[in-house]
Amino acid sequence: MTPAPTPETAEVGAPPPPPSKKPAPTIDSKGPQRFKALFTWLAFIVVIVVCGIRVDADFVQLFSKNSMDNVGRIMNDLIRPDWSYTGRILPAMIETVQIAIAGTVIGSVLAVPVALLCAVNVMPKKIVTIPARIVLNLVRTIPDLLFAAVFVAVFGIGAFAGMLALVFFSFGLVAKLTYEAIEAIDPGPLEAMTASGANKIQLIVFGVIPQALPYFFSYVLYTFEVNVRAAAVLGFVGAGGIGLHLDQQLNSLRYDRASTIILLTLVIVLVIDYASTYLRRKLL
Amino acid sequence: MIEFKNVVKQYPNGTIGLNNINLTIGEGEFVVIVGLSGAGKSTLLRSVNRLHDISSGEIVVDGKSITKASGKQLRRIRRDIGMIFQSFNLVKRATVLRNVLSGRVGYHSTFSTMFGYFPKEDHDIALDALSRVNIREKAYSRADQLSGGQQQRVSIARALAQKPKVILADEPVASLDPLTTRQVMDDLQRINRELKITTIVNLHFIDLAREYATRIIGLRAGEVVFDGPVSEATDAKFAEIYGRPINEDELLAAEAAKGGVTV
Ligand SMILES: Nc1ncnc2c1ncn2[C@@H]1O[C@H](COP(=O)(O)OP(=O)(O)OP(=O)(O)O)[C@@H](O)[C@H]1O
Ligand SMILES: [Mg+2]
Repeated sequence: MTPAPTPETAEVGAPPPPPSKKPAPTIDSKGPQRFKALFTWLAFIVVIVVCGIRVDADFVQLFSKNSMDNVGRIMNDLIRPDWSYTGRILPAMIETVQIAIAGTVIGSVLAVPVALLCAVNVMPKKIVTIPARIVLNLVRTIPDLLFAAVFVAVFGIGAFAGMLALVFFSFGLVAKLTYEAIEAIDPGPLEAMTASGANKIQLIVFGVIPQALPYFFSYVLYTFEVNVRAAAVLGFVGAGGIGLHLDQQLNSLRYDRASTIILLTLVIVLVIDYASTYLRRKLL
Repeated sequence: MIEFKNVVKQYPNGTIGLNNINLTIGEGEFVVIVGLSGAGKSTLLRSVNRLHDISSGEIVVDGKSITKASGKQLRRIRRDIGMIFQSFNLVKRATVLRNVLSGRVGYHSTFSTMFGYFPKEDHDIALDALSRVNIREKAYSRADQLSGGQQQRVSIARALAQKPKVILADEPVASLDPLTTRQVMDDLQRINRELKITTIVNLHFIDLAREYATRIIGLRAGEVVFDGPVSEATDAKFAEIYGRPINEDELLAAEAAKGGVTV
């Protein structure tokens, strides 16, 4: 049996359509384009120069003997990491990863109901979606380090403040990505569930979750990757983790030890990134 | 039994979808609705289970007014009406069995379905429904690994798992090839006869409508312009329904011939 001819099979042998339907650029359209490119470059240079002046960038100072000596000395220490220091920072390194894990997991769990409330195909009522989105956007405007600084002020120095900061940060990121994924799911199964007499929660459990879950997990993993990096610097504001040690070693000019911390962090981040990317590819 | 009483449906943009429909569809009938594209076939079908709200009039399903129902009452009526869609509307990454089981949710509390748990009887009902459409062996495959015809049979099984009194099918074979079309229509006919489930199907193939229907309803611009047994639905009547002579592409046989299939 041969299947009914589809438009594609019917057109076999026909030349492939041109890649773009845009007309070839003529001299008329080239003029403004060239002007646009030139203008973009001009604007770019002006922005850089203005910014440089505002922050007192000084090329003479940048390349002065003094600066170069400093760079040389620091580099000299940095390429000779103090490996004996590794054992002493290992607990802080583990704490960093723990902060990232706890922050990601708690924040992602909290993100689920909010993502559902934000998605118009699940919540057709604007009275619900609009306030939910406003809350979400407010949370997302605040950077993680600011959260950390605030929580350190409230709960004191330590890993708890850092974890809480990452809870808020992960919540914002996962909720936003997930609700956008939910809005893009196939509406067919939702319609079928409604037709079969399902209530809202049943519709979510059988129509939305099976479709959105792989995306959600993928976003959680991605957020974890981001959080490990964020957790590594949270210590600079006193919110626990390896950052505190890095801050101390930098301040006491122990660049050999700082180098150990940076290299160890790099290894951890790379391993987690690699594992996470692998898992995410498997999921989708 | 389904009763339409002075049913009018006007879309928010002003389009009249249904214009004063009065119909009574008896138990166990196999009704095929025909009409040009835009005649209001989908609107009529979707009014029955209130996927669309009607503007005025009333629709009564099995003695209960779905127009006046709300909340739990509405969901109870919907549970008794299975629906089959042109695009199958399965959860593609879920297993076939999972999809069929989802037809059972109307029978359970929110709490017990929240964790995806179904009692053994439900599994039996689901597997039995799959047997009726001859794809029980696919129960543990992912839905997207099945062919179009198989997916449509899964969606029939999902509707059957509801233990419905009525089945609505909106262009169930429009995305299938001629051979699969017959298998799916045969399934619907067998279910209608064996289980006495009232069946309403939208079709655009005239010969298919004549072959399977016990009654044909013709719509034009939201109004019923023909309602009678197959014997009365002559070519001349169809030309009246369509407002023009029948086209070749409105016959499945012609479509099949084009594809080189004999049916
Ligand atoms: N959501 C909507 N909003 C506004 N008008 C609509 C909407 N859905 C359908 N209509 C209009 O209502 C009329 C009936 O549409 P309906 O989908 O019921 O036709 P149909 O007979 O099912 O057609 P087809 O064979 O193409 O599926 C058409 O004029 C259509 O444009
Ligand atoms: Mg339609």
